[in-house]
Amino acid sequence: MTIMTDTTTDTPAAPSRNAKLVVRDLNFYYGKFLALKNISLDVPANRVTAFIGPSGCGKSTLLRTFNRMFELYPDQRAEGRILLDGEDLLASKDDVALIRARIGMVFQKPTPFPMSIFDNITFGVKLFERLSAIDMEERVEWALKKAALWDEVKDKLSQNGASLSGGQQQRLCIARGIAIKPEILLLDEPCSALDPISTARIEELIAELKADYTVIIVTHNMQQAARCSDYTAYMYLGDLVEFGETEQMFFKPRRRETEDYITGRFG
Amino acid sequence: MSEKHLSSQFDSDLNAVSSQLMEMGGLIETQIQHAIQALAQFSIPLADDVIHVEDRVDALEVDIDRALTTVIARRQPTARDLRLLLAVSKITTNLERVGDEAQKIARRVKSIIANGESHKMPIGDLRVASDLAIDLIHRALDAFARLDIPAAVDILKEDNLIDREFKGFTRKLITYMMEDPRTISDSLDLLFVAKAIERIGDHAKNIAEFIIYIVKGTDVRHSSLTHIETITQ
Repeated sequence: MTIMTDTTTDTPAAPSRNAKLVVRDLNFYYGKFLALKNISLDVPANRVTAFIGPSGCGKSTLLRTFNRMFELYPDQRAEGRILLDGEDLLASKDDVALIRARIGMVFQKPTPFPMSIFDNITFGVKLFERLSAIDMEERVEWALKKAALWDEVKDKLSQNGASLSGGQQQRLCIARGIAIKPEILLLDEPCSALDPISTARIEELIAELKADYTVIIVTHNMQQAARCSDYTAYMYLGDLVEFGETEQMFFKPRRRETEDYITGRFG
Repeated sequence: MSEKHLSSQFDSDLNAVSSQLMEMGGLIETQIQHAIQALAQFSIPLADDVIHVEDRVDALEVDIDRALTTVIARRQPTARDLRLLLAVSKITTNLERVGDEAQKIARRVKSIIANGESHKMPIGDLRVASDLAIDLIHRALDAFARLDIPAAVDILKEDNLIDREFKGFTRKLITYMMEDPRTISDSLDLLFVAKAIERIGDHAKNIAEFIIYIVKGTDVRHSSLTHIETITQ
């Protein structure tokens, strides 16, 4: 698949498979500072897309525009279009909570709510759905099984979420994210605070989740992007430098800048 | 590789592997030259030299593979670094086989000398092919050291010259054998020598293909010359 040409003026083209999320001409400002410059890319449905790049390149900022997380801060604004199945999220008049129900997010540090494991899962579900007690129990079990945590916590659902290990807490957060059945799952450095075994579990989980969800992951760990993503976008100083199939990006990137970064020649 | 990595240790690891490969290449070049000289001069000592060097070549092959494994395990190389290391591994295998071919030539030379009828055989006719083979291996190693694509493509173009020489020489040996069945034993030895020279040319061609792979990231094995010329332009 030809994704990128070698000229610097071209916009990095998108994968040709069906896009779940279409970003067009996106600019993002922190006050007067332009943090994302004219980003256009298509995030393919039911695939894992990774954003890589050095600190400050805009990868987390881009991720946070997808569920309008930036609106929590008054001096931040986004211009352009972000289309979820054709609907412009930035122009949407819908309650932002409804958008976030369709686009779940998991953060760098595990953030379990200070409540039981069971309630951690049901908290978000109750905001959007009225389920019977039985249905709710089924949903909790389903989400915990999807997040590969069920076997470890099924006998202690009433225990506080904070009593779990770091890796388990992160999987609890993923379970909480998928319990409301979003269409897209955003993962912002989900493994940076985890040991290699917990990391491997989360990566295994990401591979399974893509059957049902479109997954976007921001990671500093390039090998993690290489291991668990189908597509990789390399960003630098607010520009999308190259976007393509992960295999190609790590074996034969089209842009010299990408190659310098992934081979460790970046300085 | 022109630009440096953030990790200078990574640079020195890659340089060390490339240097080892060049050292192995130098040894192999000498081995082929001595094998061909042994044939031209009917020299048993030179033939023995070739056979003895084989152990050093084998040891270098193992050393290089060990160094490659270490770099891959410790650095998880990507892109051109990964392609370089994969190519070095393949080139090492090809060089080791060139060494085997040189050894085969040396053993056949000893057999021909032992038969005592060597002066009757058309040994001089192998000169063109053997010079070509030595030249191709030398240029392949040179092209690797400079990652020189045009030089690599030239090698691919010239490999068929050796093939042509080999076919001509085979026909000649058949004539010898038909005319005088007493030459059959020596003719068969020479046929194996000619085949070994032809194989050395093939290995030079393989090395040239891996140079293109390192630089362009395209696997050109089993591709037509026209296709290779298109993608390397």
